[in-house]
Amino acid sequence: MATAAETARQGETETIRRRWLLSAPALVIIFVAAVGPLFVMLAYSFMARGDYGDVKFGQFSLDGWFSVFFQRDIFDDTVTLADAHLSILWRSLRLSLITTVLTLILGFPTAYFIATRPRHTREIWVFLVTIPFWTNLLIRTFAMQQVIRNEGVINTLLRALGIIDQPLQIMYTDWAILFGMVYVYLPLMVLPLYASMEKLDFRLIEAGYDLYAGRLSVLWRIVIPLVKPGVIAGSILVFIPSLGAYVIPRVLGGGKNLMLGNLIEMQFGSGRNWPLGAAISITLMVLVMVALLFYVRNASKSGAQHG
Amino acid sequence: MNWKTGAATAAMAILAFTGSAAAEGELNIFNWGDYTNPELIKKFEAAHNVKVTVTDYDSNDTALAKVRAGGHGFDIVVPSANYVPIWVKEGLLLEARPDQMENFKNVDERWVNVHWDEGRHYTVPWQWGLSGIGVNTKVYGGDINTSAIFLDPPAELVGKINVEPEMTDVLFATIKYFGGDWCTEDKELLKKVRDKLLEAKPKWLAMDYSVTEKLPAGDYAAVYYWNGAILRSRIKNPDIKFGYPKEGYPLFMDSVAILKDAKNPENAKLFMNFIMDPENAALISAFAKYSNGIKGSDAFLPADMKDAPELTAPAEFEKAGEFLTTCSPETSALYTRIWTDINK
Repeated sequence: MATAAETARQGETETIRRRWLLSAPALVIIFVAAVGPLFVMLAYSFMARGDYGDVKFGQFSLDGWFSVFFQRDIFDDTVTLADAHLSILWRSLRLSLITTVLTLILGFPTAYFIATRPRHTREIWVFLVTIPFWTNLLIRTFAMQQVIRNEGVINTLLRALGIIDQPLQIMYTDWAILFGMVYVYLPLMVLPLYASMEKLDFRLIEAGYDLYAGRLSVLWRIVIPLVKPGVIAGSILVFIPSLGAYVIPRVLGGGKNLMLGNLIEMQFGSGRNWPLGAAISITLMVLVMVALLFYVRNASKSGAQHG
Repeated sequence: MNWKTGAATAAMAILAFTGSAAAEGELNIFNWGDYTNPELIKKFEAAHNVKVTVTDYDSNDTALAKVRAGGHGFDIVVPSANYVPIWVKEGLLLEARPDQMENFKNVDERWVNVHWDEGRHYTVPWQWGLSGIGVNTKVYGGDINTSAIFLDPPAELVGKINVEPEMTDVLFATIKYFGGDWCTEDKELLKKVRDKLLEAKPKWLAMDYSVTEKLPAGDYAAVYYWNGAILRSRIKNPDIKFGYPKEGYPLFMDSVAILKDAKNPENAKLFMNFIMDPENAALISAFAKYSNGIKGSDAFLPADMKDAPELTAPAEFEKAGEFLTTCSPETSALYTRIWTDINK
């Protein structure tokens, strides 16, 4: 005969089992479709390259990993740091960081603006922010090309106004890539910022002013600390896809200014060096992981501070 | 209607659908982008009651990688000359024996005993051409029959040049620029090649496709690119002139081959035979503006292609054209490293 406590415990294990059962499909998908390929990639990065792409199965080789960081000089066999890869890595990091800062500068006032509208109109503003997502990224990127090319909207306008007489070369520069990434990833910054700001207790700002804080001081010491989780979430959401961006540098950068995504693609395509491609992919993922760990640590810290 | 009858009806509908699709026949073509004339496809579909699907790729390596990965569902692929031996060696192609087909008599003798497919046991010609120089003569009026246009660009063209992102073609022109031979392993020469490309690349604007739109529009003032695309640009903008690099330029021919694991090999053979007909070969050329290698197709070409300077090399430059052969894996690994160095 079961006691009341036993029945309760039984019910609890039952619930737990049901939960596991119900989440099993999702777990299976995650393991099979995400973790599985990851191991394939890891294995590939430790194999010898095939002559025409692919890898030689079962042939262990560290060449892939070696060439991520080092290069043997083509002509005198001396080993040096792989400055080709490092300069591409540096370009990716630099452009991603600048993109994150620019979207933050543009996104912060936007989110603040939306959060301070009357409740019933906020939905409309948020809705407006999501409109670009209705169009495919590729199409938006090509549309942007029409805006910044030599015979495009910006140059035609500036020339008609007599501000310049030679077209500005924006296409195929790092500026074009930056412009593209800021435009595409801006909503990813605005939305989490808005989510944080919506919860902001505006009475605290009033209190700040009552205590003779200036505008800047209110911003620095009240608003920013309170919306910090939103700032971090937005920055992560912008930084990570920027780091792996492929389409934007390909179309707007003219295939000349490679970023990590393009470098990886090249190894699986005309480079015919799959182990190297796999090793660079994993390096990219490690970078992303580091960024995420930074986020988690900061988020838990600010969580502890603000309860 | 309960769920059982519903399911049964659905199953029957699916069976009927796939059944009828199979009866009509299908053909899946895997070809370079912007390269297949839709009218040619329509004509073939009407003639043989076959539904054709065309899928694009942008490089020989992409095509090779996708097909090797399996599960692609393609019947026909159109690799370049220097890649055909790789496809054959990797056992990916069906020995379709186009040389025994009815229309093979139309193939120009020049294209029968080719080094990549002696006697044409695997492939039939699709289009052939070369990589050359296209210059907007409003921007630069000097000699354009030289690779110096993109390797040592004149001041007027600096920062306005587009170079095709095709490793082999760019390296070929540069090796020839220094008087070397293709597939050379001469390190001293290759070092010059790399240094020259490293020096020239900052003077280029891009390494991209879509020349047919950007060269006539003025986004590029000069290109190192394929002749058909430059011909298309010249039709849109008569200021564009074509130059044959006198130091040496690469010829290419893309050939139609049938995949070993094709699901519709019979339709694919019909297609092979179909495109060796002069009138149909002319349709191929009319679209992408390259020559096709089929005798008698000239009569059916559109007016803007007849006597086009882009398609017929002047006698003095004819000898400079050369087909790329397939280099050994070691040499091509060396070339890839030079290429990566340049692309950093």
